[in-house]
Amino acid sequence: MEELDCEPAVTWIPGVNSKKKQMCFDWGPGEMLLCETSFNKTDKSEKVPSCPFIYIIRKDVDVYSQILRKLFNESHGIFVGLQRLEEELSGKSRKAQLVRVSKNYRSVIRACMEEMHQVAIAAKDPASGRQFSSQVSILSAMELIWNLCEILFIEVAPAGPLLLHLLDWVRLHVCEVDSLSADVLGSDHPSKHESFWNLVTVLVLQGRLDEARQMLSKEADASPSSAGMCRVLGDLMRTMPILSPGNTQTLTELELKWQHWREECERHLQDNTFAANPHLESLCKIMLGDEATLLEQKELMSNWYHFLVTRLLYSNPTVKPTDLHLYAQSSLDMFLGGESSPEPLDNILMAAFEFDIHQVIKECSIALSNWWFVAHLTDLLDHCRLLQSHNLYFGSNMREFLLLEYASGLFAHHSLWQLGVDYFDYCPELGRVSLELHIERIPLNTEQKALKVLRICEQRQMTEQVGSICKILAMKAVRNNRLGSALSWSIRAKDAAFATLVSDRFLRDYCERGCFSDLDLIDNLGPAMMLSDRLTFLGKYREFHRLYGEKRFGDAASLLLSLMTSQIAPRSFWMTLLTDALPLLEQKQVIFSAEQTYELMRCLEDLASRRPECGEPDAQRLQDDDIETTKVEMLRLALARNLARAIIREGSLEGS
Amino acid sequence: MLRREWHRKGLLQQTPFFHRPLKERHTLKTCESQTACEDSNTGGWKCSQENCVSLWSIGEFGNLDSDGGFEGDHQLLCDIRHHGDVMDLQFFDQERIVAASSTGCVTVFLHHPNNQTLSVSQQWPTAHYHTGPGSPSYSSAPCTGIVCDNPEIVTVGEDGRINLFRVDHKEAVRTIDNADSSTLHAVTFLRTPEIVTVNSIGQLKIWDFRQQGSEPCQILSLTGDRVPLHCVDRHPDQQHVVATGGQDGMLSIWDVRQGTMPVSLLKAHEAEMWEVHFHPSNPDHLFTCSEDGSLWHWDASTNAPEKSSLFHQGGRSTFLSHSSNQASVHLSLVSSWLSTDPAKDRIEITSLLPSRTLSVNSLDVLGPCLVCGTDAESIYVTRQLFS
Repeated sequence: MEELDCEPAVTWIPGVNSKKKQMCFDWGPGEMLLCETSFNKTDKSEKVPSCPFIYIIRKDVDVYSQILRKLFNESHGIFVGLQRLEEELSGKSRKAQLVRVSKNYRSVIRACMEEMHQVAIAAKDPASGRQFSSQVSILSAMELIWNLCEILFIEVAPAGPLLLHLLDWVRLHVCEVDSLSADVLGSDHPSKHESFWNLVTVLVLQGRLDEARQMLSKEADASPSSAGMCRVLGDLMRTMPILSPGNTQTLTELELKWQHWREECERHLQDNTFAANPHLESLCKIMLGDEATLLEQKELMSNWYHFLVTRLLYSNPTVKPTDLHLYAQSSLDMFLGGESSPEPLDNILMAAFEFDIHQVIKECSIALSNWWFVAHLTDLLDHCRLLQSHNLYFGSNMREFLLLEYASGLFAHHSLWQLGVDYFDYCPELGRVSLELHIERIPLNTEQKALKVLRICEQRQMTEQVGSICKILAMKAVRNNRLGSALSWSIRAKDAAFATLVSDRFLRDYCERGCFSDLDLIDNLGPAMMLSDRLTFLGKYREFHRLYGEKRFGDAASLLLSLMTSQIAPRSFWMTLLTDALPLLEQKQVIFSAEQTYELMRCLEDLASRRPECGEPDAQRLQDDDIETTKVEMLRLALARNLARAIIREGSLEGS
Repeated sequence: MLRREWHRKGLLQQTPFFHRPLKERHTLKTCESQTACEDSNTGGWKCSQENCVSLWSIGEFGNLDSDGGFEGDHQLLCDIRHHGDVMDLQFFDQERIVAASSTGCVTVFLHHPNNQTLSVSQQWPTAHYHTGPGSPSYSSAPCTGIVCDNPEIVTVGEDGRINLFRVDHKEAVRTIDNADSSTLHAVTFLRTPEIVTVNSIGQLKIWDFRQQGSEPCQILSLTGDRVPLHCVDRHPDQQHVVATGGQDGMLSIWDVRQGTMPVSLLKAHEAEMWEVHFHPSNPDHLFTCSEDGSLWHWDASTNAPEKSSLFHQGGRSTFLSHSSNQASVHLSLVSSWLSTDPAKDRIEITSLLPSRTLSVNSLDVLGPCLVCGTDAESIYVTRQLFS
């Protein structure tokens, strides 16, 4: 057992009196039921009225957020696409595809973030506004981390392009500059705007030198005295060698050019070219990567990773991935300057710069309130073949563990559970078992939902679950007096025992009411009739009635007899069958042959002789017995008369 | 071509088109003004607390940009809470919407265009219910299907009951208890006052409200294995032609005037077919959607081959021939759906959704517009069906 990385968080449930210590709880899929018990251990005589509430504690509250639901739904599509991609991917296109997938994930996070932002602005009460805003910042942090992981682990950018990616990363996430820029440019005299120099500095800090140059030219136009200096600095900005994607120059060439450029910058600084204008001098120092000057602009950079990237841009543009963590650590230390301690986000980013994937995932799992992020990121990194060697001391590997956790959370939701199915499908080791356990616990409030669940089970050959779901539905239908439905469900489940039970109900109803219900089903059973003997009997018995109704007495009679002789009819039903034979026996023409009549007589005697000896006779019992005896007598009489007629008829037919 | 119009997620900068309530079902309607602006109406599918019926506007025709794409002109007009899952949803008239609930309740919502709100204008709380030994008085049964024909509303449910309501009457005009021993899945008008219902044991029943009693006037059924039927639609011009979709994804075309078996059985989807619709003004075209996540366009108008070539750009394009089990000869006005000459008649099928993952639960079509809702909680809209 590993040690705990942090103390588990305590959740306070309002309304529960924890001092009384009478809690009981039960785990459900993804949630916990908690209630106060009515047991009072001190004295039983005085019943303190206990709290009448049951509390439901949900682990993944984020699943219930309306906006985040879109995140779950959209990312599900991307996830499934990625798993399918796996089969056809190889070699070079593989990386490009994985990067594309990663970008898709990020675009979904971004879209959710934007929508959440809109909602937060529109929120009427400040409390919910704050709540949405905090969600926005969480989503933004997720995207920040994901983007960095994409650059470092998926893109695996080499020295050179690495810095370009990091610059894009910072530009994307520190985006206040755009509104500032619009603000300044929108004013009448941009260069007189109070934030003008801030803007220019931020542009230089982010390496957006073209824009910075345009700004400087505005300053040059406005104040002719500094025009010369602005031109010199603008030229420096223009000539700064950068790696452009289409360029074929080697890193060494670039480094050489860069050194020359840097020396030129230094020369201007030593010559005090910009001494007259402290703003321009500071800009030049920034372009030389002067750490002290950079740290003066802390406010404008707002965070240490911006500082890191700016520092690298102007001091080591061809930084190797392996050296990154050294710069990162020192940048963090310098930026915080011992004044504050790093926050969870800082630790996560630092772990990423150290290329410690497991640490990134671990820290994210602790810091974030849901499993969405770690599950999807881990899965993607696993597809990059970065996690193969890591096995947990429980369950299977980390990817699967996280996916299972995430999918279980989804399954607790009344609507998102369908997404969970696909996640379970792509967990080779424990996914199937988990799915089996979860799918049986989905509340089936409509048949449509039940059909969806059944389809999922049938596609995966989960026969046991199919059976149990059909049984639940059949049971429900019986309880609602919907025998036809119940029978359909038990036929679908091929559940012979239940079909027998339902058939018995049908027969009992028939005995009570004297007519069949649900003829549309019973008349159309077809081969399904063979599912259980009782069902066969039900179908055949109904057929007998139909034949009788159509006045096909001969067929009806032989069917009736065969039902008894072949032992399909339950013995308890024989008396009814024999009573049904009465009108046939009393018909004008002879229907039962002598042989058939003998058979009927045998059945009747068989039944009469096996009548159970009753214990205490009561009035009701006696009356019943009386009716029964009369019936038997009538039958005997009818049989005897029919036998006589049959013998005469058969004899005369043969004789003639 | 077709695919591009699907309104959906893009890369980084594009905001995906998402939809709030779950598992939409919807219908389309034309607005009062003749500018042919459309509203699509959508509703939630799932559990109690969060479902709502929402009214969306998907913008006007004809203002597409050069790319054929649309951005941002679909808009949520209003929504209202709905108790229980929305099992079916239909426009009653220009401003009224009828919703079927899994609680057995049938509600008529009224849309107020002035202040863009929805309100309940009529409600039958216990339209569908079970009576059983387990329940003291009654327990609710989901209402599975509705069909409207002003001023009448017919509803069917899992309790096998058929209700005929009039929108201004508090009580049901006519109720047929135990109309079916199994679950009734869908209903449609054949010709007033006759309706067709389909049930979970593969039967198609025709009912005439002029007749008393609880017996259908005709039962048609699939052969043998009682595959449940989930949806039904009637040909808009030829009232004897009916299409149904079943649990096995088969599309059946029936001629209710003759025979008790379908005229043709067409192998279609791989799982439950949830909805089938003839195009209201162009009935040679048929649309089906399924649990397997596909949405298909069936085109039986291929007698003019040069016209059909327009549809070739779509993804899947297959030719199927009718498997006919009945030799019927109609010399005059033969519907393209009933003709049985396998050599001559072909149906061209185009798949309208690019990737198949989760179930497409519902669809509706009007003019060049088609709307469908999926289990991935999104709505797809295309406005160029025939281009």
